[in-house]
Amino acid sequence: MDKFLADKKAICVFVLPAFLIFAVIVIAPIFFSSYYSTLRWDGFGNGAFIGLQNFVGLFTNTADGFPKSIINSFILAGLSVFVQLPLALFFALVLARGIKGEVFYRTVYFIPVILSTVVIGQLWMKIYHPSFGLLNIFLSTVGLKSLTHAWLGSTDTALFAAFIPSVWQYIGYHMLLMYASAKSVSDDIYEAAKIDGASEAAIARYITIPLIMPMIKICVIFAVIGSLKSFDLVYILTGGGPVHASEVPSTLMFNTIFFKYMYGYGSAMAVFIIAECLLFTVAIQKLLKAEDSL
Amino acid sequence: MRRDGQKKHYVLGFFLGLFTIIQLYPLIWLVLFSFKDNMEIFGGNVLGLPHRLLWQNYNQALFSGKVGLYFVNSCLVTGATILISGLLSAMASYAITRMKWKLSKITLTIFLLGLMLPIHAALLPLFVILRNMHLLNTYWALIIPYVAFAMPMAIFIFSGFLQLIPRELEESACLDGCNIYQIFFKIVFPLIKPAVATVSIFTYLSAWNELMFAVTFISKQEFRTLTVGIMSLAGQYTTEWGPIGAGLVVATLPTILVYSLMSDQVQKSLTAGALKG
Repeated sequence: MDKFLADKKAICVFVLPAFLIFAVIVIAPIFFSSYYSTLRWDGFGNGAFIGLQNFVGLFTNTADGFPKSIINSFILAGLSVFVQLPLALFFALVLARGIKGEVFYRTVYFIPVILSTVVIGQLWMKIYHPSFGLLNIFLSTVGLKSLTHAWLGSTDTALFAAFIPSVWQYIGYHMLLMYASAKSVSDDIYEAAKIDGASEAAIARYITIPLIMPMIKICVIFAVIGSLKSFDLVYILTGGGPVHASEVPSTLMFNTIFFKYMYGYGSAMAVFIIAECLLFTVAIQKLLKAEDSL
Repeated sequence: MRRDGQKKHYVLGFFLGLFTIIQLYPLIWLVLFSFKDNMEIFGGNVLGLPHRLLWQNYNQALFSGKVGLYFVNSCLVTGATILISGLLSAMASYAITRMKWKLSKITLTIFLLGLMLPIHAALLPLFVILRNMHLLNTYWALIIPYVAFAMPMAIFIFSGFLQLIPRELEESACLDGCNIYQIFFKIVFPLIKPAVATVSIFTYLSAWNELMFAVTFISKQEFRTLTVGIMSLAGQYTTEWGPIGAGLVVATLPTILVYSLMSDQVQKSLTAGALKG
């Protein structure tokens, strides 16, 4: 048996196809991107090596909007952590306590998660439509006609209008993660708390939330990293405009590479995004761990 | 005391109901306007039920809008991605978790690193690689990257699952004269079927809905998948809501169908990635 399991040829047959594809398509591009980011290159011919100039440019050419795009992605991360996650937690706690229609609500709340972002983007474009969109019609109907707006077209509102759908889309996902975690808490603990006369709010505050903390932390990481990587909805809804108002790093990277043909400069953005994601993953983990030991 | 509890019950019910409406109503509205024409929408009936069901919107989206073609392309690309990445990942996971070799740990670590990497990082290099290999505007331009990026999660799930399978099964198969390939395909693969379902659903959702690669690597209409196709449809019928709505509904139906048939499995698949993380 052991001879079998150490069969070198078989191991190669099993692992190599997957590993080669993975190495060429996922791993190697990181090195390529890093290399491209040191070039001034329009995509044709050979680029000229310019060292770290592209990276300096990211933060000195403010008209290009990169610092703004980073701030925007932080705003999205803030919205996710402080609006989306608390809502998700609330619904997770309520549903996990076995309310009537638990399965129905859980299933329905999760639906936007599985929909294609393109569908959601197009749908919300219609929702935001200045004259025939749900939002403005709703506002007019309830007597707030003065608030109606060209939501995606105005620099004041484009940012939040582009971010709301992604908050909306993933509430169900975070809810499900926290719900599943809360469900795995043993019933005995709840029973004991009930007998001691604890209210539902107290049970949530002192028992469920501390016990599902590990999952809440995972949700925080997902929400922050997801925000830093966000692309689809912003690309569909506003393309980052108007005048960079709703720009996120990845939409800017996309436009820089494929519309301005600045391959090196765009790659510097890509490298920045990778570094930022890795850094934040590690930092959040450290931060949340430190909190534990207090 | 009891009345108080009941009042709380109503407040809670109100919130749950309100959130149900917020999550569902946009979709219902989508289905409703997919059956209307511009006259009806811009003539004041944006919200209500359609006066009559305009199936021709669907006709228009599917055939002149080419959503039918995009749909077939999406099925091809997604189907191939699920099959290839599922098989390759299962094989790799088996060798990593069950077979004995020195580099198995580090190989697993490298694969799992892929879970943390944003696909943006690979966009331009992949574009250049595919361009040099003349693969842009082919199905492979999407299938190969989708397979590669599906593998970390698949291997993560498979290797977790494989660790739970008792060694005795392989041992007795070995005594019965199976070779290592037969053990994998005849004994192990059938045993990990639940994990295959989980991985397939996960891969389906990400491949079916992927946008960034699809926009970049495919510019010819004949190879467009639904995500890009729907965007071009929206560009083509900018002011006609009916056909766009119909296209969106068609793009969504398979996913909703899968979800309604196995919502538990779908929810389990999407939590599987996080639960052990």
